Amino acid sequence: MAPISRAVIRPMMSQPPAGRRGPRRRGQLGIWRWVVLLLAGAYFILPLATAQRFAGLAAFSTVFTQPGFGAAIWLSAQLAIVTTVITLGLMVPTAIYVHLRMPRLKRLLEGITILPIVIPPIVLILGVLDVAPLWLKASQWLLSLEYVILAMPFAYRAIDAGLRALDLKTLTEAASSLGAGWVTTLWRVLLPNLGTALMSATILIVALVLGEFTMASLDLWVTFPVWIVQFDQLNAQMSVAASLFALYVTWVVLMAITLVGTRQARRFGRGEVSLFTVTANSTTVGES
Amino acid sequence: MATSVIAGTTEVAGTSVSLRDVTRAFGSVRALDSMSLDIAPGELVALLGPSGCGKTTALRIVAGFEQADAGEVLVGGQDVSGIPAARRDMGMVFQSYSLFPNMSALDNVGFGLRMRKAAPATRRKRAAELLEMVGLADRAGQFPHQLSGGQQQRVALARALAIEPRVLLLDEPLSALDAKVRVQLREQIRTLQQRLGTTTLFVTHDQEEALSMADRVGVMRSGKLEQVAEPAELYSRPATAFVAEFVGTMNRIPGQLAADGTVTALEATVPVADAHDASPGTVDVLVRPEGLAVAAADGGNGIVTGRTFLGAVTRVSVLLSGDTEVRVDVSSTEAAAMAPGSAVRVTLPSAAPVLVAGRHTADEAPAPVA
Repeated sequence: MAPISRAVIRPMMSQPPAGRRGPRRRGQLGIWRWVVLLLAGAYFILPLATAQRFAGLAAFSTVFTQPGFGAAIWLSAQLAIVTTVITLGLMVPTAIYVHLRMPRLKRLLEGITILPIVIPPIVLILGVLDVAPLWLKASQWLLSLEYVILAMPFAYRAIDAGLRALDLKTLTEAASSLGAGWVTTLWRVLLPNLGTALMSATILIVALVLGEFTMASLDLWVTFPVWIVQFDQLNAQMSVAASLFALYVTWVVLMAITLVGTRQARRFGRGEVSLFTVTANSTTVGES
Repeated sequence: MATSVIAGTTEVAGTSVSLRDVTRAFGSVRALDSMSLDIAPGELVALLGPSGCGKTTALRIVAGFEQADAGEVLVGGQDVSGIPAARRDMGMVFQSYSLFPNMSALDNVGFGLRMRKAAPATRRKRAAELLEMVGLADRAGQFPHQLSGGQQQRVALARALAIEPRVLLLDEPLSALDAKVRVQLREQIRTLQQRLGTTTLFVTHDQEEALSMADRVGVMRSGKLEQVAEPAELYSRPATAFVAEFVGTMNRIPGQLAADGTVTALEATVPVADAHDASPGTVDVLVRPEGLAVAAADGGNGIVTGRTFLGAVTRVSVLLSGDTEVRVDVSSTEAAAMAPGSAVRVTLPSAAPVLVAGRHTADEAPAPVA
């Protein structure tokens, strides 16, 4: 009620801002915004609500004690951490170097980082399993290496957006003229100002690793998603409870990261950490 | 107090800087073409020129951000070509805001000292002194985004000076600021620079900035120095037609150059101070707005097209017969009688020697500077 009536009143009360947005258009936008929000909300919440109803509340208390649950969660957490470290360790210096020294290669790098989206994971994993040496195939860290490739498009775009928002050249030159070497400049000047971007990248990588199924199951590792599918055959109710549990935990973690990041970013006068901003950036994949 | 900063800095001040035949090409474009310049210890030299003339490249080569293809840069008599920017001990203020967004004003100023491993207490004390020196002691704890553009550049200046640089490099530090702040800050920079005696190279495209701040101004064009001189000399005795027109306002009036060293224009024959590259025949006579006289006269040689009130004087634009537009400075009381559209007579006082240049060609001359 209130939002709609406000949207109707607003055009009469407020001065239209200069530019394209006239008062009429703005009013329509207000109504449509709520319509879309309601539809999208229903789309997201209905399945969750039915799943929650199916699982029942009792399943939540026993899900933690199910066989294999702890091991699967632990494996997924390890993979998430290692993947994040490797991805950021590779992508941050590469992106900075290309932005600073080889700006002409930016488009090429963008193209390369999209490849994992274009190539289906099943193709990737079959190829990897074909060429990887046995000792690596026997290790869970092979999965991490595969996830690094999968995470590349999202991580690169998040970092790239952060770098574009900085006057990279001037900041590095200023640091250099004051006597800072490369490592110091990276550590004290660039990374602190990329906080928002690194946070976004981390969120995307963690979410990706915690939800990936194809590669893990073909690599024969029981990560959390694989465990859910396997356990589903034993006890569907418990399996749904586990999925919901994972979803809620992920939400809480992401919210916490976003809140901390935003507080930090506000202090330095930067934008807010928002998953939606990152999504908006990664949708430009097709255009670039 | 600020005095201790000054006392500490005068010891390191007074480094000379020399550019010797410095050449730098970007692809087929010669950004610097065998440029040589000597800056005396404690001197402020401004490099002035249109965009793309190579002035910024020269500064960046001195800073160590660019390498020269040929030639050398001497600081205190020593060739610094092999020394990376981080170890050249040069303070630099950039055109765009360059403060580190994640650090407070105080930490920004203290950054260079931190790199020099100064103790935290010393660093903070000295950073606070420098902030006080630029009048921002009360902003020490604020982050760059909480400061105005002018304040940010003052912090950047304090940061550059905190390391007691051998040379201070200013890369159009005022161009992003609004007019009033720009004038205040340029006075502040000049005062500080003179107090500290830091050798300074200042790059700008704004002639007013260059002329008001610098001990000497180097006018650049296409990678070459056209002239290096004190502001007054640059204005009154420009070495080339380019300098004559780039610095200050200059009128071009068609005239006839005689072999005896006189030139005839506006029905007057006057001595020539410098004929530059012109040969006898039809030439352009170069005269400043204050070098012409104008009076209301029916049936004169021109029509007033506009007036710009500058305070005590008014600059009157007159369209002469033959489609030549000139600007003439007259006292504002006299200018009151010269409404746009009225007929006037523009004359050339015969006593003062004038400058002469080859006939104006549209593609060669720079855009007239108002």
